[in-house]
Amino acid sequence: MASTTYRPAGPAAVPGVAGSGPRAWPGARAATTPKMAATQTGIWVGVCAIFMSFAAFVSALVVREGSSTDWQHLVLPRVLYINTLVLLGSSYTLEACRRRFAIVTRQETEPGGATRVSPLPWLYATIMLGSIFVTGQWLAWRTLAAHGFYLATNPSSSFFYVLTAMHGLHLLGGMAALTYMARRLARSVTSTQASALSATAVYWHFIGLLWIFLFLVMAIRL
Amino acid sequence: MNDASAQPEIHHLAPPHSFIRKHVFSLDHKVIGLQYYGLALAAVFIGMVLSWLMRLHLGWTSLAIPGLQHFSQNGAPGGVITPEYYLSLMTMHGTIMIFFVLTNAPFSGFGNYFLPIQIGAEDMAFPRFNMMSFWVTFVAFLVLIAAFFVHDGPPISGWTAYPTLSSIGKDAGPGEAMGQNLWAVSIALFCIGQLLGSLNFIATTLDLRTKGMTLARMPLSTWAWFITACIGLLAFADLLPATILLILDRTAGTSFFNPAGLVVSDTLQPHSGGSPLLWQHLFWFFGHPEVYIAIVPGLGIISHILPAFIRKPLLGGMRVMVGCMIAIGFLSYMVWGHHMFVSGMNPFSAILFSVPTLIITIPNTVAVLIWLGSIYGANLRFTSASLFCLGFISVFISGGISGFFLAQPAIDTYLHATYFVVAHFHFVMAVAAIFGIFAATYFWMPKMIGRMMNETLGKWHFWLTFIGVYCIFMPMHYLGLAGNVRRYATFTDNFLLPLIPVHKFITVAALLTGAAQFIFLYNLFHTRWWGPKAPDNPWEATSLEWSTTSPPPFDNFGGKHPVVYQDAYEYGAEGPQDYVMQTTPGKASAT
Repeated sequence: MASTTYRPAGPAAVPGVAGSGPRAWPGARAATTPKMAATQTGIWVGVCAIFMSFAAFVSALVVREGSSTDWQHLVLPRVLYINTLVLLGSSYTLEACRRRFAIVTRQETEPGGATRVSPLPWLYATIMLGSIFVTGQWLAWRTLAAHGFYLATNPSSSFFYVLTAMHGLHLLGGMAALTYMARRLARSVTSTQASALSATAVYWHFIGLLWIFLFLVMAIRL
Repeated sequence: MNDASAQPEIHHLAPPHSFIRKHVFSLDHKVIGLQYYGLALAAVFIGMVLSWLMRLHLGWTSLAIPGLQHFSQNGAPGGVITPEYYLSLMTMHGTIMIFFVLTNAPFSGFGNYFLPIQIGAEDMAFPRFNMMSFWVTFVAFLVLIAAFFVHDGPPISGWTAYPTLSSIGKDAGPGEAMGQNLWAVSIALFCIGQLLGSLNFIATTLDLRTKGMTLARMPLSTWAWFITACIGLLAFADLLPATILLILDRTAGTSFFNPAGLVVSDTLQPHSGGSPLLWQHLFWFFGHPEVYIAIVPGLGIISHILPAFIRKPLLGGMRVMVGCMIAIGFLSYMVWGHHMFVSGMNPFSAILFSVPTLIITIPNTVAVLIWLGSIYGANLRFTSASLFCLGFISVFISGGISGFFLAQPAIDTYLHATYFVVAHFHFVMAVAAIFGIFAATYFWMPKMIGRMMNETLGKWHFWLTFIGVYCIFMPMHYLGLAGNVRRYATFTDNFLLPLIPVHKFITVAALLTGAAQFIFLYNLFHTRWWGPKAPDNPWEATSLEWSTTSPPPFDNFGGKHPVVYQDAYEYGAEGPQDYVMQTTPGKASAT
């Protein structure tokens, strides 16, 4: 068989080949090579695993609450409501960043288009809102501790600290990814970064949704 | 070589040149696969020595094992194993074998090496995650082994680490202070390593398949690793939180698993209202799928190797076997409660877990019938690899049949804490998986190290091991039926004393079977440096790993992506050769 020039086996390149069809999930259209498609798949698989581990925590919470009479209900610190809004806001700013990114990268193929507006400010805003959320969570811990609820005081406070700490760790991972993206975008804004940006966005939105889920669980159960 | 080399060029990273990047912190999936295999080899040796020590103690309780007192002065004063140290040995044996051998070798080891090659990829999707996955696992192993060297020795709570024994600290007994902490940290790290690995396997399988490699054309071994990765992704994501809660109970004074009013070693434990059963649920929701993480790669490996030696595809084609493995994976999440029949659960709950447990035997039985039906009437080529395939089927059936009994709560209540269960899970999970590893080793080692293993030694190894494992585990069924309890260091009850000769027989069998493994080790290491060079396709097999050199180059296919035209098992073709490689263009005329 004669040798041919290599074309990436992406969606447009090799129709009908594995890893090439249009994807159902958001951001997948950005994938133009198998490696990029794998990044998208990887982030969704990772999201599944993380959700599974939080499902385990939450089911442990439900079982533990029902297994004894020592459960003391907590009044959740009010700052958590503000934190929730902040995290929702960060998802909005990240989407704004992606919109800017899409406009800028479209201009790559349309010379003489609209003025190039950097998506970076929106990304910095997202990182800042993430930092505000982390600070807010720390304040919530301080508030709870001020009321005498520490990690081992009661199973409900134990679960509060465990769930918020684990969520916070995952959120810090997301902030690391956002910072990494900011460094890449600061160097140049090109369409090759679309896949990484969209994977980061999927993760960040998931962390936001996960927080809403955990917040609801804690509001109802703790 | 066939036309794999004539396919489009790929852009790949340059191979590393420094020793560290090439052999230690390598991103190459093949090196990482070999690293996992090497780690499993070291782990299985330690695990086997631990089982020898336990068996010696069970056969001859007062026997002083020379030199053991130097290893653990408190655990084996004068070389005689104390009951507590016996439990430590048992815990470490189980943990090392299940996590670092049965998960590492068939899934992470062979999977890492061959999954990308079998789908025509140059590497895993995330090579850095892959490297991290191995090194996290390696650190987990070191942390676990460190438990042997801390003051109070390794933990005594078994590989299942049931609270409250595992969760209240040093009052629970020797090994329950730092030893149990190290165990918990080790398992948490192991979970992280496996999650990274599973993520890689799934993304690689879904997105890096080469042109023409549809899901239906994927070899059964790749299917098995993919399904195992899906199982592992959820299972280890469940064990990790459980282990975190356990660590908090042990170190931060929380009460997730520790109940109130618990007095241990004359000390009231400062906990309130925790549920030991909560751990059992969390643990077995991981633990039962873990059984399939160990055995499903074996199912896939056997299904991949057998057609090469019976020279025909498996009965029913790919779909039935893949369906069986998916069904097993799915059902593995429905049955965790069958490990808890004696935990005091509601009898109706027990039936709820019993029924899917019995249902899970259906896909397993279908798989066995496919193998047996395929072998029937075939021109079986007897090699070490095919013998271990037959051995796998044999022990899988033997262990599976006892599963029928244990799946029923009324029978399990009697048998649960006896050697019947030890026999069951060793046959169906441990020995079967080990036979799968051996079959894979004899089959793939020519590809992995480029040299042929010695077949005569391989066959001796098989027969001695095959007879040996039956001598070890068959009598255990009898012991269990006679009421011989497990996890006990000595048997002093009158009704158990007549069974001691059986224990002695098992001990001798275990020592001899263990000794037979040195034939394998000699064969492996001798082959590594002095074995005859292996051709590219020594078994006349069809899948992509046989279309590249032995061993494969850095990027697997020498700067090209193979293009796949055929199904994975086109054996029995008409023409000068009776098989059609996956890379051969045109329509196969296989029977």
